[in-house]
Amino acid sequence: MSNTITLTIDGVDITGRPGQSILQAADEAGIYIPRLCAKDGLCAYGSCRVCTVLANGRPQAACVQPIAEGMIVENDSERVRDIRKSIIEMLFVEGNHYCMYCEKSGNCELQALAYRMGITAPRFPYQFPDRDVDASHPDIMIDHNRCVLCARCVRASRDVDGKGVFGFVGRSKDRRVAVNAEARLVDTDADVSDEAVDVCPVGAILKKRTGYAVPIGERTYDHEPIGTDIEARRTAASE
Amino acid sequence: MSESLESAIRGICGSCGNDRGRLMDIVRAVQEQFGCVDGRAMELIAAEVGARRVEVEGVVSFYAFLSDHPTGEVVIRVSKCVPCLMNGARRVAEAFAEALGIEVGQTTADGRITLEYTPCIGMCDQSPAVLINDTVITYLGTDRARRIAEKLLAGAEPSRLVNKFGDGVNASDLVRSAVHNNVRQAGPFVLGPFAAGDARRAASMTPQEVIREIKTARLRGRGGAGFPTGMKWDFTRAANGDGKYVICNADEGEPGTFKDRVILTEQADLVFAGMTIAGYAIGAEQGILYLRAEYAYLRRHLENVLRQRREAGVLGENVAGVEGFTFDIRIQMGAGAYVCGEETALISSCEGLRGDPKNRPPFPAQKGYRGQPTTVNNVETFCCVARIIQHGAGWFSEMGSHGSPGTKLLSVSGDCSRPGVYELPFGIKLSEVLKLAGAEDTIAVQVGGPSGRMVGPKDFERSICYDDLSTGGSIIVLGPGRDLLKIASEFMEFFIEESCGYCTPCRVGNVLLKSRLDRIIAGKGEPDDLEYLEQLAKTVKTASRCGLGQTSPNPILSTLENFRELYEAKVQPANGLQRSFDLSEALADAEEAAGRKSVHA
Repeated sequence: MSNTITLTIDGVDITGRPGQSILQAADEAGIYIPRLCAKDGLCAYGSCRVCTVLANGRPQAACVQPIAEGMIVENDSERVRDIRKSIIEMLFVEGNHYCMYCEKSGNCELQALAYRMGITAPRFPYQFPDRDVDASHPDIMIDHNRCVLCARCVRASRDVDGKGVFGFVGRSKDRRVAVNAEARLVDTDADVSDEAVDVCPVGAILKKRTGYAVPIGERTYDHEPIGTDIEARRTAASE
Repeated sequence: MSESLESAIRGICGSCGNDRGRLMDIVRAVQEQFGCVDGRAMELIAAEVGARRVEVEGVVSFYAFLSDHPTGEVVIRVSKCVPCLMNGARRVAEAFAEALGIEVGQTTADGRITLEYTPCIGMCDQSPAVLINDTVITYLGTDRARRIAEKLLAGAEPSRLVNKFGDGVNASDLVRSAVHNNVRQAGPFVLGPFAAGDARRAASMTPQEVIREIKTARLRGRGGAGFPTGMKWDFTRAANGDGKYVICNADEGEPGTFKDRVILTEQADLVFAGMTIAGYAIGAEQGILYLRAEYAYLRRHLENVLRQRREAGVLGENVAGVEGFTFDIRIQMGAGAYVCGEETALISSCEGLRGDPKNRPPFPAQKGYRGQPTTVNNVETFCCVARIIQHGAGWFSEMGSHGSPGTKLLSVSGDCSRPGVYELPFGIKLSEVLKLAGAEDTIAVQVGGPSGRMVGPKDFERSICYDDLSTGGSIIVLGPGRDLLKIASEFMEFFIEESCGYCTPCRVGNVLLKSRLDRIIAGKGEPDDLEYLEQLAKTVKTASRCGLGQTSPNPILSTLENFRELYEAKVQPANGLQRSFDLSEALADAEEAAGRKSVHA
């Protein structure tokens, strides 16, 4: 069996290795596919669907779909972009996301995706859900208003920290992240040094006493859109 | 409570081998004994089986028949699927509520009786129907609902409420149920006579010959998706694993479908024969029948059929005299989740997990139950398997159409005089089905349940088969006067409740779809809303992770396609104003602040 697989993404030929997902192969080739639940170092989960592409014409989440020889991937087309925008907008209206006074602003992947995609206002009506804040832990707080149910904390705590502090409970629109205790984070073995506390793409899990330490203008996505680092690999390779 | 929670849970977990994979059985048993699985119980279970508390909570909070807070020792569940609603399910629920002195969703003050709605319980042809614990009551009117409530208040046992049993096996000692089979047309394949051992021909064939025979018959899955069964088995047989599994999907939950219930009642031997043949063909030793919680009343009967098959030597070791072929079947109970009809969610549930579907690939044929190659087939598919082996592929494909050989069991309900189960050859026209069922002046038919499509008279000459009007079996007839948009809205409500919530489009999109549809129904829609619905529906279909989300917008899409005029009539501007603009609502806040009514409103 050959050790490389050739496929095309938006007409660009790229090569990957057996077992790679479309997202991993694209990342290595310097082609950015927007994503939210996917993160290096965590197992693929496939929940946010932001990385939806058309692989040989079929909609697939790029983070969980393995590459195949001769696969033709449609990533940056009008129809795929609109699906992604819709999904990002759904996430915005599902929760309570007030960027202007969220301390994650500028470092938030959801916000950065919206900027990159040119979303100024969601096409869907805000749902204004009634959600809780858990500030019981001395060093960590959870604001469920901003949670996008990406399971990064669930996976990181279970697979990286070996703790299992977080898990999903409920189903459908009542699905939410719960902690491994009756109700409060302080009653778990969560620690501020846990990987699970670092991986939240939005402002749902925050370290206390660190907000606004980095001023606006110097935050991760203040100058360049999300995905620029990945795209830089391609530019570097072609030079 | 005679037994302490600690020792009871230790006993229950111990009887399941303290196996985390048996969590469904454990939490079901705790729920049954204590009326809930509360936080303390979750902790104790987690400690016994080596799981985390939040994992146990995740499971308990996922399934509708499990609860983390106390429910009554008697739980009345009123089916609110569309055929039940059409026949007065709401009035029945209200009659119960009034007689019990509570609202739907509440428990009586003494904590004994809980009343709630539940999605389709598979009794659409004898609706309205309710589940009282495991006991099914059908053809229920408001007077009888009141009398039942009074008996329950006086302490009656739910199982004693049934005074007239249904037909066939329903009346047997092990079932003793009021459910009727309502078999209106029995065909040769699924509903014809069958005795244990009738498919022994498999024993004279090699596994490869069995698969070839199934392929020659061109059998396709009867659950709705229509995947070729022989191919699925080939993949499973070819995959490497320590042990392989055969799972029968008896989580019949598509509203309007009840044919599997009739098969399980009358033809359990045929189903188990099909499963055993599948086990032989793919090289499995273990089969699982995943039975939806709503059909728990059939469990003792099914266990008895399994016991008889073991005694007859067609389950167990050296099955049917085949040296070295060991195969047995266990029953896995569900706990109220439509999404578990999706095969990977069903496997999750069998493994004691939340009923979230799994990512594919790997497919179950490669890595299924407990990571081993697994074939999941529908109840009816296994019946066809046994018949094909019994009589040969040629006999099987004589009926039906070229692309869809054989027969299909249809569950017909709604506005017709002969609701029930029909075994009909594939290719039959919808109009012929309607005629057989005694449906007159039909304005629309929901083919394939909410995940299928709603069609109007212009499509009644189309045929039921995989290549035209495909259905897992649900046919809901809608007669004159039915509000089709309201029905579409009920179906959307169903999908919202039954979505697992894992992926964004299904979790959020269906809520948004329904709220815009409801706005139109309320007469406050805009012409642009139709485009909005179409776009959003397509996004949900395209981007959702499993079959539930990929079909959940169909009630809206198919009514937009086939009954667009109903929408258009609702969104035309009225009195020169946009319908979404409500003058008095817009002024309400200002009026409250000003402390007086506006002169304009």
